[in-house]
Amino acid sequence: MTHTWNRRRVAKIVIPLAAWLIGIIFVIPILYMVLTSLHAPQDAQTYPPSWGAPLTLDNYAGLFSSANPITPALINSVITSVISTLLVLVLAIPAAYALAIKPVRRWSDAMFFFLSTKMLPMVAGILPLYLFTTKVINMPDNVIILILIYTAMNLPIAVWMMRSFLVEVPTAIIEAASIDGASTFRILTRIVAPIAMPGVAATSLICFIFAWNEQLYAKVLTSVAAQTGPVYVNTLIQTEHAYLAELAAGATLISLPVLIAGFAAQDKLVQGLSLGAVK
Amino acid sequence: MAAVTPTSPAAAEPTGPTAGRPPTPYKKWGRESWKLRAPLLPALIFLIVVTQLPFVATLVMSFMSWSAQPDAPERSFAGLDNFKTVFTTPAYRTAVLNTIEMTVVVVGVSALLALGIALLLNHAFIGRGLVRTMMIAPFLIVPIAAAVFWGNGILMTGFGLVDGVLGQLGVPGAQDIAFLTDHPKLAIEIELIWQWTPFMMLILLAGLQSQDPEVLEAASIDGCNAWQTFVHMTLPHVRRYLELSIVLGTIFIVQNFDSVLGMTGGLNSTNIPFAVYETFYSAKDYGVASALGVVVVIGSLIIATFALRVVSSLLEEES
Repeated sequence: MTHTWNRRRVAKIVIPLAAWLIGIIFVIPILYMVLTSLHAPQDAQTYPPSWGAPLTLDNYAGLFSSANPITPALINSVITSVISTLLVLVLAIPAAYALAIKPVRRWSDAMFFFLSTKMLPMVAGILPLYLFTTKVINMPDNVIILILIYTAMNLPIAVWMMRSFLVEVPTAIIEAASIDGASTFRILTRIVAPIAMPGVAATSLICFIFAWNEQLYAKVLTSVAAQTGPVYVNTLIQTEHAYLAELAAGATLISLPVLIAGFAAQDKLVQGLSLGAVK
Repeated sequence: MAAVTPTSPAAAEPTGPTAGRPPTPYKKWGRESWKLRAPLLPALIFLIVVTQLPFVATLVMSFMSWSAQPDAPERSFAGLDNFKTVFTTPAYRTAVLNTIEMTVVVVGVSALLALGIALLLNHAFIGRGLVRTMMIAPFLIVPIAAAVFWGNGILMTGFGLVDGVLGQLGVPGAQDIAFLTDHPKLAIEIELIWQWTPFMMLILLAGLQSQDPEVLEAASIDGCNAWQTFVHMTLPHVRRYLELSIVLGTIFIVQNFDSVLGMTGGLNSTNIPFAVYETFYSAKDYGVASALGVVVVIGSLIIATFALRVVSSLLEEES
């Protein structure tokens, strides 16, 4: 018994130490990014790194006041992420209802269809969408097309997530309401929606994050007017005057909304990311 | 089943018209069935239009000779020429191999690391919530932002963090270590492992926390040591969560574009998504780009077949 006792005591010290050490290693690149963003450009690019250089917010101010300010890109990101998330909810909630509460025949086939679209790499559809927007409808550099693509990109995940939440809604209440003559719409808005609200919140968070992060389609389908935050940050490395400090400020700034939303809803994030399979 | 009374909830197959709610109160294609199906249709139609039709177009274009270069010949049917180009041009073959290599390395290392970290975080200790929050953070950095900062701030020759720290530790020649040009794939792999280990760890941690603590206690009373408990109790329980995290991780890593663009710009590290982008956006060879797209779809379908099996086992368990 003394043998296991000692091992347990060792574990009590070693496990927290190892966990803390790994946590710190994973967070260092982010802390260094924030630190770099707060250094003057000449202090950020030294060898060895100048940890203790004076701090400044000039890089952030520069992003907003330069000849090519970040503001329109941030506005485009907010518009595309928020509107596509709302569209996803409008389409996904009724679909999830049909798959969870009053399941249609062969509901699992429909579930697999949704999931399989997620497994087809987005890059394999990009060329026709590019030709369609630039040559057929002649709407290049437009946020509308991005909104539609992000809606389609997140819809399968949202259907899966919403279904996993709607399965939890007790069907007895719905059947009672149905017998009382309530319409599908009424059941959906009055009974299902309130119970499923946490699921709606989680789904919105995930869709917002993925839409906010997307860069490939945004890069190919936009140039100036509809440019989003990720595209803007990427252009910072291509311009000649690119300073590491300015780059760090841009990277930190566009990551901030996702960091805040993600930290605020950590548990929802887990369930959402695993398509609701993990409860 | 024959002995089940009509009032039992287990009576899934009613024997007569009075036996509870019949399973099919509507005709297969009747009005009622369409009423049930209607809420599903907008999502299905939208997805087919925005994701499936472009794939069909890509498939058609992959059999065409179609270049947008000013001096290119007229568009025409090309048969399998584009696919031949994909498989015989060394650069494209390399892109295929790089995609496989980077996916296997990143998903493999991330899964092992994630399992280890999830096991650590499954113990109670002071500051566990804070460590969990620190672990999640890399996943919440916008991928292209993470890639450009890893490329320019951390792994850059000279003023990058890694060279700087190695130099301060007295490693000779530290200032000249060129991760991005000498080991571009390794650099991308490190960045992707950093970004995706937290994602897998979150799923595994949720799996570990759903394990019944009494089972572990019983194992301990029965005299199992930590390793035996892990292999015979924890691992079988966590297996499907591990599979799920590997499947989802693979879906994301195969499609990775941002790390290649943001860190190396494709230098000796081109993967298929990057090759598709370059071939149609810079080289403007629409036919070959489409063929590459079809190849990555076929590869993904192979992964997906396995993936769907894993997910369907999860669904079965639920119902």
